[in-house]
Amino acid sequence: MPSLPGPPPGTTAQLTESDSSDEARLIVRVRDGEPELFYELIRPYERRVYAATFAILRNPANAEDAAQEALLKALKHIRQFRAESRFSTWLIQIAVNEARMRKRKENSDRTEPITQNADDQGEYKPRDFADWREIPSEVLERKEVREKLSGALTSLSQIYREVFVLRDVQQLSIEETSKALGISTASVKTRLLRARLMLRDMLAPGLGGQWSSKFSFSKGEKPW
Amino acid sequence: MVVECDHVWREISNYVDDDVDPALRAAMEEHFKECKHCTAILDGARNLVQLYGDDRMFEVPLGYGQRLHRRLAGNIGKSRRTFIGWMVATAAGIFIAGSYELARSATSTRDNLRSELAHFSAPVPPDLMVVVADDGKVFHGAAACPFIHDKTKVKSLLAREAVQQGYTPCVRCMKQYV
Repeated sequence: MPSLPGPPPGTTAQLTESDSSDEARLIVRVRDGEPELFYELIRPYERRVYAATFAILRNPANAEDAAQEALLKALKHIRQFRAESRFSTWLIQIAVNEARMRKRKENSDRTEPITQNADDQGEYKPRDFADWREIPSEVLERKEVREKLSGALTSLSQIYREVFVLRDVQQLSIEETSKALGISTASVKTRLLRARLMLRDMLAPGLGGQWSSKFSFSKGEKPW
Repeated sequence: MVVECDHVWREISNYVDDDVDPALRAAMEEHFKECKHCTAILDGARNLVQLYGDDRMFEVPLGYGQRLHRRLAGNIGKSRRTFIGWMVATAAGIFIAGSYELARSATSTRDNLRSELAHFSAPVPPDLMVVVADDGKVFHGAAACPFIHDKTKVKSLLAREAVQQGYTPCVRCMKQYV
C-alpha cells in the first residue's frame, strides 16, 4: 500500500527552523487569497490527520471522510490560526474534534463506555513479564505483525487509544497532546502509562517468540 | 532512595519519556539491575514506542491522497469561483450605481427642453460664446443670424449655459452642431 510522503520515522513532529518559516509564509499566502497553496501547506500532515481520526473512529472509510472534512474546516478557518501552537497541532486538534463529533453521533444509540474519569479506575498492574528485549523491527515488514499491532491498538478504549496515537504514533509532546485532546497533562501521562502497559501485556508474548494465539485479540475484545 | 516495583510501574512511562527527576531516575536504574520483571516491562514499553512510531506501522488507505486532493480542489475552486463572482457582481453594482448617479447629476442641473421635438445637441464647445433671444428656443453663433426675429432682445452666454437652460443649436447658423 503506498504511503503518503512524510518525514522519516522519529522526526515526525520536528520541523527545522527553515521549514517552520516556509510554513508560516505559506499560511500567510493562503490567508491572503491563494487557497491553492493549501495543498502544499498540509502535505506533510495528511497522513497524521488521518491517523488521528482513525485512532478515534477505528473505521478506515469514516476516518478518511473525517480527515477530509477536518482539512476543509482548517482551510475555511485558517484565519483563526493564531500561531500560538504549531500548525500541525492545530490541524490535529481539528481532526480530533471532527472525529469525536462523529463518534458521538455514531454512539447516540449505541453507547460505548467512554468514561472520562477512567483515569481514576486505579493503577494498572502489568500482567505479563515476558522478556522483550530485542526489537525485531524487521517484523514490521510482515503484514500479519502490523495487523496484530494495529489490532492491539484498536482494542484499547478510546481515551487510551487517542492519547497513545497522538503521543507515540504522531509523536506530539505531552503538552501538545494535552492541548489537542483538551485534557490536562496529568491525564495525558496517566492514560499514556496505562495504554503502554496494556499494549505491552498484549504484545510482549508475541514478540518474544512466535506471534502465537496466546493473546488472540480481535476487534473490540479487551483481554485485560 | 529505594523504589519498589509498584512505584517503578507508575513511573515507567515517564522514565521512557525521560520525564523523571534525577534522583528517581537513579533509583529506578538501580531497581532495574535487580528486577527482571521491571526490566522486561521497561524493554517492552520502549519497544512499543519504537514500533508504533515507525512510519511503516501506520498505513493510509489506497488513494487517500488523491481523494483528499480532489475534495479540496472542488472546495477551493468553488470558493474561488464564489470570490470571483462576488468581485464581478460588486464591480457591476458599482458601475451601474455610478452610471446612474452620473446621469442623474447631469440631468438634474439641466432644464427641460423648451421644444417637445427638440433633442439635446451634439457636442458644442462648452466655452463657445453664443446668443439667445428671450423668446427663442435655440441659441445662435452670432446675433446676425437671420433666424433671430427680434435682435433687440438677445443676450450672450456660454454654450454650456445655453444647453443647461434648454436651448438647442440653431439649425441655420450652428448646423455643424445639430
